[in-house]
Amino acid sequence: MIEISMEVNGREVTDQVEGRTLLVHFLRDQLGLTGTHVGCDTSQCGACVVHVDGRAVKACAVFAAEADGRQVTTIEGMAGDDGSLGVIQQAFQDHHGLQCGFCTPGMVMSAADLLRQNSNPDEDEIREYLEGNLCRCTGYHNIVKSIRAAAAAMG
Amino acid sequence: MYSFELRQPTSIGGAVRALADGGQILGGGQTLIPTLKMRLADPGVLVSLGRVDSLLGICTDDSGRLCIGGATTHAAVAEGGGAYPALARLAGRIGDPAVRNRGTIGGSLANNDPAACYPAAVLASDAVVATNARDIAADDFFTGLFETALDDGEIITEVKFPVPASAAYAKFLQRASRFALVGVFVARFASGVRVAVTGASESGVYRWSEAETALSAEFSPSAVDSLSVAPGGMIDDLHGSPEYRAQLVRVMTSRAVAAC
Repeated sequence: MIEISMEVNGREVTDQVEGRTLLVHFLRDQLGLTGTHVGCDTSQCGACVVHVDGRAVKACAVFAAEADGRQVTTIEGMAGDDGSLGVIQQAFQDHHGLQCGFCTPGMVMSAADLLRQNSNPDEDEIREYLEGNLCRCTGYHNIVKSIRAAAAAMG
Repeated sequence: MYSFELRQPTSIGGAVRALADGGQILGGGQTLIPTLKMRLADPGVLVSLGRVDSLLGICTDDSGRLCIGGATTHAAVAEGGGAYPALARLAGRIGDPAVRNRGTIGGSLANNDPAACYPAAVLASDAVVATNARDIAADDFFTGLFETALDDGEIITEVKFPVPASAAYAKFLQRASRFALVGVFVARFASGVRVAVTGASESGVYRWSEAETALSAEFSPSAVDSLSVAPGGMIDDLHGSPEYRAQLVRVMTSRAVAAC
């Protein structure tokens, strides 16, 4: 076992993991942050996207120990301390950007990384950026609409 | 996946020592971690290069070559490889954004997937793959399907790209995997044109010498129209027959030239 420490959603955490423990399992099973989903587990679907040092990664394709000493943000970290929705989350609710909701955490985290790099993406840029996030409800139209709205709201 | 010991050295020397008793190098893990999950690999010891800072970064050397550290991510090359625009564009279309934030140039080259993009850029650019032990010319590096000239435990420290007068990569996307169904990298130097093809051959990336001759004589998209590509030895899978891939080799070469 290896002892690792990292900042998750602004909170310092320390725990023991195996070398093979994936970041997504560390977040879900050891920290109880079950907002990050395991979809395909083959790094295709993007349901497990979180940020490590501000960059979107697939948490099912990163070992927890590789995130030792890093800053990790999950979907739980996108909401306010009082539970109020973040701007992107609110846009997804307002524009019906989710149907079953399984892909939503990854969509929101990818959208946040996109908007960090490009504050006003057009529809094509959003669709291209989401190429690693699959929505099996095929609700892409409203997801794109939500991200456009979030970009506008963030000014 | 099978259990293993994960080591995270912070220097090249430390990585070499960590690999002294065998074990597998872990780059960004975007191929290796899925492979481990399927229990197709049982390395015992896994040595991550993710904390070796000297393997990160992009610079231009005294010869004008763009030098990229072995553990540099695709996203970093897409953002910081502007001195070689065709290469930066190639890096920005590998996989998807989250994969590009983890996957590394050294990992891609060491794996030498027959449909990966970077091998085509390295071979067409006549780049040099530097390791902890030696410099390897691109023409000597790729030795077959998932095979390279690297010895066990040899670490790619840097890839040095001569920057061509013009270059372009034309990728026919396999939409599910986001690898190239066929990809062709064309690089035009004062000394001649080099053409490298990925995604097509069962032996992995290769140079299309007939196209190089034709394009060195006349650099235009139609210069390859009269060339024929034999389907023998081309990959045959549900995404494309050997004949289809052979046709794509010519078409994508023409498109790459047009984009130069």
